[in-house]
Amino acid sequence: MADGKPTSAAGMGLYSCHVCSKVSRAPSFSRPAHCPRCGTLLHFRKPRSIARCWAFLLAGYILYIPANVLTMMETGSLISYRKDTIISGVIHLWNNGNKVIALIVFIASITIPLLKLISLTLLLVTVQRRSTWQPRQRTRLYRMVELIGRWSMLDVYVVTLLAALVQLGNMAVVKAGPAAVAFGAVVVLTMLASMEFDPRLIWDPIQKEEVHD
Amino acid sequence: MATEPVKLIACHDCDLLQREIDLKPGCTATCRRCGSVLYRRATDSINRTLAFTVAASVFFLIANIFPIFAIRAQGDYSAITLFESVQSLWNQGMKPVSTVVFLTAMVAPAVELASMGYLLVPIKLGRLPRRYVFLMQTLRYVQPWGMIEVLMLGVLVSIVKLTQNFKVIPGVALWSFGILTLLLAAVAACFSPRDVWERLDEGERAKNAAASGRQLQPGEKTRAAHG
Repeated sequence: MADGKPTSAAGMGLYSCHVCSKVSRAPSFSRPAHCPRCGTLLHFRKPRSIARCWAFLLAGYILYIPANVLTMMETGSLISYRKDTIISGVIHLWNNGNKVIALIVFIASITIPLLKLISLTLLLVTVQRRSTWQPRQRTRLYRMVELIGRWSMLDVYVVTLLAALVQLGNMAVVKAGPAAVAFGAVVVLTMLASMEFDPRLIWDPIQKEEVHD
Repeated sequence: MATEPVKLIACHDCDLLQREIDLKPGCTATCRRCGSVLYRRATDSINRTLAFTVAASVFFLIANIFPIFAIRAQGDYSAITLFESVQSLWNQGMKPVSTVVFLTAMVAPAVELASMGYLLVPIKLGRLPRRYVFLMQTLRYVQPWGMIEVLMLGVLVSIVKLTQNFKVIPGVALWSFGILTLLLAAVAACFSPRDVWERLDEGERAKNAAASGRQLQPGEKTRAAHG
């Protein structure tokens, strides 16, 4: 630190507690280290971060297909009946005059999940190749993924509220379709994937360090 | 026993080891390499967080007891609370979705508010909270899953969709959810884990000092001496 060369805590043999942020020295023998302040089990890096992140991400990719192909919401009334996927629902909303709401739903349920899947893939691939390309921008990308991911839940809430409220017998009925399950799973899985990813891995190649666990 | 280097902090996003500096209230320390927030010194953090937590708990209860909105269409009338909509979805066979909504919109915010209360009320009263490590860990793991603000947007989108076909009557819970969203944002803005840990460390030191003091003078009431 004093000689101006960036030093990571792990490179100095120091643990940083992920619960209370306390920095503590690693015990001399390789045994599980616990935080001296809060007792949390310490790791230099999130354990098996890349493998776990890939697992959640691939599951997310797989479920992303049924989430977009299957029916999200069925709307039936005396005069009309329609089945909507996520995209057809957005288009229907756009054509019926609510362009602002259509845009919000489009961003939350189509743009954000896609961006999340692509961003996490990019982060994982660059980390695995030990790339030194734009670490600051990649860290910022990761923080953005963490921040916006939750907003994809929007459509799940909308379907829940409508399906519960609109139960008027023959007059009007709204039902949630199978895509709601798949889409909810995509949101949860990508959130888990981004939680498992360890952004510190982006910076390890820059310090020419190989840090495990 | 691990040795503890003093006043060092490692960035959570890039692990750069840095010296901690004292901050003025309301200031934020960011990592000099990746720009992430290292820690903040919120103004009057504990009092304000506690105040917003209490207010948020009240509105959380109101938001869950009363109906969010109702619809009316040719004599038919239907109103739901949040829990009724979770139940209804469960009964329609959408159990996974119903569970996710229940956990993210009801359980996570409730756990967050309860843990905040259990943590901050004793601190405010000058006592060391029981099982505070567990509470701090809970807060850390639960916070990403509470999605009241997303639910609020979902409610608004639902209203717009409903007004195409029905007369929509807004309920008490609708306004409560709106206020709750703002209050939870205020709680998040005021809560500074670093300040809380500092208080807890102080409390721990005071407790140890009191314990060693008691050994010297058995039977004396330390509280009475201060009062």
